[in-house]
Amino acid sequence: MSSWISPFELKRRGILGMNRRNVSYISRYNNRRQFPLVDNKLKTKLVAEEAGLAVPKLIDIVATQHEVESIEQNLKDLDSFVAKPAQGSGGKGILVVVGQENGQYRKASGDLISLSDVKRHLTNTLSGLHSLGGRNDVAFLETLVRVDPVFSSYSHEGVPDIRLIVFQGVPVMGMLRLATKASDGKANLHQGAIGVGLDIATGRGIQAVLHNKLVTHHPDTGADLSKLTVPNWPSLLRLAAECYEVTDLGYLGCDIVIDRDRGPLILELNARPGLSIQLANNSGLLPRLRLVEATKTKKMRIADRLQFAIENFKHDDTWETLPAF
Amino acid sequence: MNRIGPFLALVVALVVIGLSAAQFRHTTYNIPWLPGSETEIWQVEARIEFDARGSAAQVYLTLPPEQQGFAMVSEATASSGWGFAIEGDQIQRRAHWTQRAPQGRQVLFYKLDLAVSDADTWELPPPAPSGTIIWDEPYQTAVSHVLDNILPITADPHTMALQLIQTLNRQPPDQNVSLLTSAYAGADLMQRVLQTAGISARAVQVLELEDGRRRQALADYLQVWDGQQWRLYDPAVGEVTKSTELLLWQTGTPGVLEVLGGTNSRVSFSMISQSRSSLLLAQEQADDLALSLYNLPIAEQSMFKLIMLLPVGAFVVVLLRVLIGIRTSGTFMPVLIALAFLQTELIPGLTSFIIVVGIGLSIRSYLSTLNLLLVARIATLVVLVIAIISLFSIVSYRLGLIQGLTITFFPMIILAWTIERMSITWEEEGPKEVLLQGGGSLFVAVLAFLLMDMAVIEHLAFNFPELHLVLLGFILLAGRYTGYRLLELKRFSAFNS
Repeated sequence: MSSWISPFELKRRGILGMNRRNVSYISRYNNRRQFPLVDNKLKTKLVAEEAGLAVPKLIDIVATQHEVESIEQNLKDLDSFVAKPAQGSGGKGILVVVGQENGQYRKASGDLISLSDVKRHLTNTLSGLHSLGGRNDVAFLETLVRVDPVFSSYSHEGVPDIRLIVFQGVPVMGMLRLATKASDGKANLHQGAIGVGLDIATGRGIQAVLHNKLVTHHPDTGADLSKLTVPNWPSLLRLAAECYEVTDLGYLGCDIVIDRDRGPLILELNARPGLSIQLANNSGLLPRLRLVEATKTKKMRIADRLQFAIENFKHDDTWETLPAF
Repeated sequence: MNRIGPFLALVVALVVIGLSAAQFRHTTYNIPWLPGSETEIWQVEARIEFDARGSAAQVYLTLPPEQQGFAMVSEATASSGWGFAIEGDQIQRRAHWTQRAPQGRQVLFYKLDLAVSDADTWELPPPAPSGTIIWDEPYQTAVSHVLDNILPITADPHTMALQLIQTLNRQPPDQNVSLLTSAYAGADLMQRVLQTAGISARAVQVLELEDGRRRQALADYLQVWDGQQWRLYDPAVGEVTKSTELLLWQTGTPGVLEVLGGTNSRVSFSMISQSRSSLLLAQEQADDLALSLYNLPIAEQSMFKLIMLLPVGAFVVVLLRVLIGIRTSGTFMPVLIALAFLQTELIPGLTSFIIVVGIGLSIRSYLSTLNLLLVARIATLVVLVIAIISLFSIVSYRLGLIQGLTITFFPMIILAWTIERMSITWEEEGPKEVLLQGGGSLFVAVLAFLLMDMAVIEHLAFNFPELHLVLLGFILLAGRYTGYRLLELKRFSAFNS
């Protein structure tokens, strides 16, 4: 395997490049006006909640310093919570509290922090310490997502999330992202997370890549990645497809987590989803995008769109277990 | 908006407009395509002398018409105490000096700078129909004889003129010719003979340009209209083809010099040839151009020399990001760095940039433990950068490294932001990404610098601002490029299997 590939080979395989993604998909199908909706996680959450989509439950919004001071009232009855900046960048500024002990808060890492530590974190968030460009921000608290037992052996830290590219309301490609020790709990492939390509029809793993190389086992937990199947796949697929109606973004990346109790929840949406998903799936996006473009999927009902996706984008080896909608 | 046709039309229009505007300015204002090109200039000085009688005096000097082969650069007079004006139209301009009561010997100067040019800007107009020429006897008979000899062996005005010149110059002259030449001067005679034959011709006065000649008089030449253009003939030799050495000074009937209120008048000409920078020449001529960068004060002009290079740098950034896929920290930061390199030179600039950013990054890593807010953090960095730069300047000056002083050309705020951005990248994505982005930025900056430093590019960017439209066209084109980036061929190389 050489370290370069010819552009003709890439084209033959239908790999979507950055330029084509920007010109032919993002700027053509994503209305700029809708960007703030997905760039602000709080807005996304509120809109999704209103539309009846499953999201981690919003506990509280902290928009002013005054609200930071009185936060103790709201935290009193909570066992666990996650505090996030609405416009955080790169997963920064996320505080995960898994429990309370004697007025102190236990973080996911096991450390105990005091109430004033929590308040300082919120103050910093409000002043934009964790946000894109350092703009003033808003913090919000949401319920902690509990890892589904299926994934417990696959995750080094945090909850694995599923990225689905939804084009014109049709899920076209999916990938499961597993944090590793090297990626420091983050789920970006170029930071060292594992990407597992998923069969759109079944949610079954196709292959896994780490740093652009095929892997069969999780480097930290040793779990066999080839046995992996995402549970609740049909409802997850439907959830992703529904995001299209809510956001009106034609080319959308949906990040979905699976909660032990509540099933698939939308974590965040992305108007500029990355291209690594093609590596994880060992196939290009272009043929799928073109097929969707050639079909009038916009006017289809959700169930028809999902059926369309399953029929057209199923992985060849896993055709026998088509779920019904 | 997604239709490619109108978009391509826009790009083509931009390129065509840009190129043709540049071509227009090149031909019209003689702005050279290349830096350092030179133009030959003839400086001609007409010196008018006469004795004034103490009464009101008026002096008319016929000035050369616009003509092929020359472009007028400037004209001036030196004549203290005289009122001066230029009258007439393009075909026949006249200088007009006036004074109420001049006394004694008077000397007036008229200076003219002419650039030798190939520009085909001006054609002398066709002749007005001339009246019938009347000859006295015995000249009438002599002319008839001469014409009878010539007419059968010629075909058109041109051959007619050549034959006439030959006949009149033949030695020994035949008696008809001797008779005519005894009464009329060469060019004047030829003009009359030709007009008798129904051919438009005129006697003109021409200055023979020869470097360093002084006190020259105008020479009489013959012009014949051949149906399309005026052709010039030397009455003693024949047709003159090379017109650059001859300056047509006077074409009409009135004399070159006319003095009212003076005696003993005479005009003589001196001339020298010089080479001058074509660009300076064009700039001198640009005075009458309302919309020209040359009309700005010099300080602003040098500012614009830099500003006009920015699009070139921006173009490099677009190409490298869109076609290659190089990552830089801050989209156009490399252009600003390249701009600074223009002042510092490459190696000193590169060294001091790396040193400042390196020191800045190490101090910034301490700052991140202080948990400062963004604005305060940047402000701290600005102060730090200034401190580093001052220290750097002092130390390098002490060491005798004058080049170290040029570090002040770096935009401090940009440096501070660069450090901040790199530091964040370091924290979020690790030192490898910082090296990648920093290296990418420097690579782009160096490439942009090398381009912007080229004399040709600097020359074109400033003197032909309309070429930026061409650049814009290409930038637009790059903006719609949907092919793969070079580095994606590596990124997706896993698909090779």
